[in-house]
Amino acid sequence: MRIWPNIAILIGVSGWLGMGQPAPIVQPGAPGKPGKSVSAAAAAKMGVRAPVEADVAFMQGMIHHHAQAVEMVDLLRTRGLRKDLLAFGERITISQSDEILSMKQWLTDRGKPVAPAHDHAHHGAGMPMMPGMLTAEQMAALAKAKGSEFDQLFLTGMIQHHIGALVMVEELFETPGAGQEPVLYDFATDVDNTQRAEIGIMRGMLKEKR
Amino acid sequence: MKTTLRRAAITGVALTAAVVAGQETGKAPGPPKPPSVYTNPRAGAGDPRIGLKGGLHDAAEAANGLQRIATLPKPPGFAPGDPNTTPPEPPTEEQGVGGGGGGGRRPNIQYGSTNSDLAFSGNHLFVGNYNGINFYDIDDPGKVKLRTSLLCPGGQGDVSVYGHLLFMSAEAMNGRIDCGSQGIPLPAGYKPPPPEPPAPNAPPGTRARRPPPPPNPDRFRGVRIFDISDLAHPKQVATVQSCRGSHTHTLVIDPKDKENVYIYISGTGPVRQADELAACSGGDPEKNPETALFRIDIIKVPLAHPEQAKIVNSPRIFADEKTGAANGLWKGGTHGEGTQTTSVTDKCHDITVYSALGLAAGACSGNGILLDIRDPKNPKRLDAVSDPNYAFWHSANFSNDGKKVLFTDEWGGGTQPRCRETDPMHWGADAIFTLDKGKLTLASYYKMPAAQTETENCVAHNGSLVPIPGRDVLVQSWYQGGVSVVDFTDPAHPFEVAYFDRGPTDSAKKGMGGQWSTYWYNGYIYGAEIARGVDVFKLVPNQFLTQGEIDAANQVHFNELNVQNQPKITWPSNFIVARAYVDQLERSGALPATRISAVTAAMEKGNRGQLQSLAKGLEKDSAGAKTAADRERMKALAGILKTARR
Repeated sequence: MRIWPNIAILIGVSGWLGMGQPAPIVQPGAPGKPGKSVSAAAAAKMGVRAPVEADVAFMQGMIHHHAQAVEMVDLLRTRGLRKDLLAFGERITISQSDEILSMKQWLTDRGKPVAPAHDHAHHGAGMPMMPGMLTAEQMAALAKAKGSEFDQLFLTGMIQHHIGALVMVEELFETPGAGQEPVLYDFATDVDNTQRAEIGIMRGMLKEKR
Repeated sequence: MKTTLRRAAITGVALTAAVVAGQETGKAPGPPKPPSVYTNPRAGAGDPRIGLKGGLHDAAEAANGLQRIATLPKPPGFAPGDPNTTPPEPPTEEQGVGGGGGGGRRPNIQYGSTNSDLAFSGNHLFVGNYNGINFYDIDDPGKVKLRTSLLCPGGQGDVSVYGHLLFMSAEAMNGRIDCGSQGIPLPAGYKPPPPEPPAPNAPPGTRARRPPPPPNPDRFRGVRIFDISDLAHPKQVATVQSCRGSHTHTLVIDPKDKENVYIYISGTGPVRQADELAACSGGDPEKNPETALFRIDIIKVPLAHPEQAKIVNSPRIFADEKTGAANGLWKGGTHGEGTQTTSVTDKCHDITVYSALGLAAGACSGNGILLDIRDPKNPKRLDAVSDPNYAFWHSANFSNDGKKVLFTDEWGGGTQPRCRETDPMHWGADAIFTLDKGKLTLASYYKMPAAQTETENCVAHNGSLVPIPGRDVLVQSWYQGGVSVVDFTDPAHPFEVAYFDRGPTDSAKKGMGGQWSTYWYNGYIYGAEIARGVDVFKLVPNQFLTQGEIDAANQVHFNELNVQNQPKITWPSNFIVARAYVDQLERSGALPATRISAVTAAMEKGNRGQLQSLAKGLEKDSAGAKTAADRERMKALAGILKTARR
């Protein structure tokens, strides 16, 4: 690293300050009810909330779901016609790829596999279809189409796909006990926000049909 | 951080490609279009912020104009658990279904619970966190000390303080009225009813909706009010529930009303069921006029009886002026080729009120809006702007004179890296608007200029004014992009004055860290670092900032500070403040060196006659100043020279 004049480079080791009398840890009660004092050891156990099974399934399922969007944009690169759609597709790939990394990290940090264990209850190998995912037939049709026919199938397919993601988020929060882990909460609500905005754009493009 | 969710009917029928009413501009996005106004340039590869070594507590740091003087890691209950003592999570009822069980592996959650927003009162700092609030003593900012930890989960823990009352936002699904950390467990013996099979003609991939979970009377989403008269024993005095919870909130003080304060709730989460909280329902306002979307909620807090606090109005501030339709602002869709994907305006993310001017600036997902809040219970929209480069309008700050508003765009929601070399400088940036006669006009974009890595979440975030007289300066958080101090005195040409940055929390993997809020308070800058704890900084002189300007800023003293309840800053009429103006007039070249030394010498000697005559000259010459900023500086300097003592 170059060191420029007038610029302080601090290779910092954070000081662990504030030694001495430990500060009280208070867990207030409901209004009108007494609170309680909590020991540091007990508080430390409250610091992190463990996910429930539905949280893990949501992340694993959404990785699978996002991966299909990336796959669809891969097809778009060689088969689509509209320049504006290609540019928009690249943006979808960026956000979905970034989010796949986030989801994998979330699972790994919590000691969970990034894909569910093989489960024969789900009719054979691989992941079950998540809501909105294109069927094998739909994907095959997309892979065969070209030009404006492709663009049309891509748009209707991706809208279907994205609406499925909104369903997944809704189902997560409707599953009793799920969606309470804070990082997951932020992530899931952001997926909803982004995909909802993208759906709006794609609907506009479909209408325009140029 | 942004999170947002809009509950809407999503059924198989909706899978058809219906066109959203409204935005049908017929243009689609392409590669980012160049901005229509000035954007600050990206820093060169030699910027010392580039290539910093990562690490949670041993990352390398680079700073210019800012010096970190203390860091206090998060305490127990907020800090990362010790991986050696954190037990594998308990088995759940559904364990095994669909695979993905814990498999006995220990979780490796390194950063603990997220630190969020800050509030200040006297010598106390309140740091919000997804798990509660920590109170710190800042009598000696270099030795910041933890005073009390208040455990009360619910996220995001946005925090405000007013006298002995402390307000806190809760929006997530795990918040409880009793501040318990167990979340909302299922009722004993609860078995979810089986979902209905999909309709026979449902499109591919459709699944039937699950039945909703049972309502729970213990759940809390809204604004909590604590009595902190005894800092060691905070008591919860009220819980004001709301339909979408409280993502952020804003304390509003009506200068004419001494009996009450108000809280504006910006709720962005899913709408609750009516059987959990009466009168809550979601959906499209055209189908459901009562929808809890497309509004803010206003709490009135009687100061003598805070336990009686309640929502007194839920104004439809996005309503169409002509038709009255609740969804009158940005409806989604595209701004045209090469533009950003902008969220629908069905909520505000954060609102900054400036009561001294009777105005509020709302950052409301798809729009920036200006409100007249002279009657705080009934805010009236004055203006609304959209921006083709904005993904999500996130927060706002006024300049002290109220002639500019700086908005932020939280593209990527705060969890994604959006300051990479490949990310446009005018996306995920500040947008600086001029404000004249109730109208906002875009003047420029500003983005923290040093490219960050893939592993660093980074985008524009919360900041506060640094009270340097004669300049508009904001100290601002950019998550793992660190702290950037920006001068927007000239709204058309913002530039960076100072910065601080650490390497990533982890160079090898994505981590959620960095500065959430970084605010100036009584001579120091406090940062809520999401992962690393509380940082304390002070400004140090550099080529863009003199010691005289820092000293003048430090003449300003707040008894209390809630940044989104923006205070009007006034400076004493003294020579310390005068020296800041002199430094600025010297830097800009507005005054020749001879005049600068004459003014400096006269202030040293305190010769009244000399000062009077210099003041007269400055007043006269101010009319010919090249910039409005220099004109104001000359006039302000003249005013002090005429009246002030040294």
